[in-house]
Amino acid sequence: MKSNRRKFIKFAGLAALGWSICPSLAGAGPSRYKRIEEGLRAERWAMAIDTTKLTQEVMERAIAACHELHNVPRIESDKNIKWIWVETFYNLIYDQSHPYLQERQLPVLTLCNHCDNPPCVRVCPTKATFSREDGIVLMDFHRCIGCRFCMAGCPFGARSFNYYDPKLFLDEDEINRDFPTRDMGVVEKCEFCAHLLDQGQRPACVEAAEGVLFFGDVRDPESEVRQVLGERYSLVRKPKLGTEPQVYYLI
Amino acid sequence: MYNAKYIIPGLIIFALLFTFPFWYNLGADAYEPVELELPEDYDDCLESTEYMRTEHMKMLDEWRDIYVRDGYQMYWSELKEQYFLMSLTKTCMDCHDNKEEFCDRCHDQTAVDPYCWDCHHIEP
Repeated sequence: MKSNRRKFIKFAGLAALGWSICPSLAGAGPSRYKRIEEGLRAERWAMAIDTTKLTQEVMERAIAACHELHNVPRIESDKNIKWIWVETFYNLIYDQSHPYLQERQLPVLTLCNHCDNPPCVRVCPTKATFSREDGIVLMDFHRCIGCRFCMAGCPFGARSFNYYDPKLFLDEDEINRDFPTRDMGVVEKCEFCAHLLDQGQRPACVEAAEGVLFFGDVRDPESEVRQVLGERYSLVRKPKLGTEPQVYYLI
Repeated sequence: MYNAKYIIPGLIIFALLFTFPFWYNLGADAYEPVELELPEDYDDCLESTEYMRTEHMKMLDEWRDIYVRDGYQMYWSELKEQYFLMSLTKTCMDCHDNKEEFCDRCHDQTAVDPYCWDCHHIEP
């Protein structure tokens, strides 16, 4: 066969066409992995806490729901583990209060802020802590090496280190088998119940404290959390640090 | 050869030590595949037996990354032609519910000690 320029260009054109079509044909079957269809999706998850409705009973209920679901051990010392806990208003929002503020001793529920610009993610040397597409700052416990850089990086004290084997502080019969426990030497924190959202359920604390905690997509103007942020005055913790917290305190 | 009276015994001692694992295990029992307790209700796992036998650890490793980090929860099984939840305790051990007679037997025989179950608890 005699080859000439015209033929060569024809073949090259056909080859380029085949090259561009083939990968899309190869991937035409069912994809290897997919999400659960009922899962809740958002552009940016956020929470608003109504500090005026927080009673001791509601806060205890929310903490119990979270800590039972996630197998958080109860350790009575400063080496304790906390995913969601109670702090006084002044301790939480000291940069926007003063010593004579009447509500300074008001107990307030608090948790990881799931910052838009999370310092814990930036400092993690193994990328065990990472930001999901929907804004949740999640931990991959498998990868945590226990260096505690994230605890130093977090300005909100939202992270706890397992100084002990947490199983020693958990009742064997009460371990929730649907969620793993952690190992000694691993850091842990609130994860906005990412595993529940993926299955189509709302976070455990939000369900337990119905009407006090608001949760939703902060980028969606119709969402519960945006509605309430539009109606009420709200604060975030340490806004000047620029971590852009996504837990709002309604006052 | 210079210093043959040192070099030759030295070489012999080296050869003996170097081949120690071979002659030490002469006459020892050959590796025998273990008898596993297989689930009675199902004929196949998510993929072929050969694939699962050699690749299950890589598969679980991929699953945990894809589940935790990439946000996908379901795995398409080529063999069964349906999606399954990527979960050690809920999917794998839903069928293979006897850890001692299935997982542990093989792991003991091959002297590996996976720490999956340190944190992922199965029903007591």
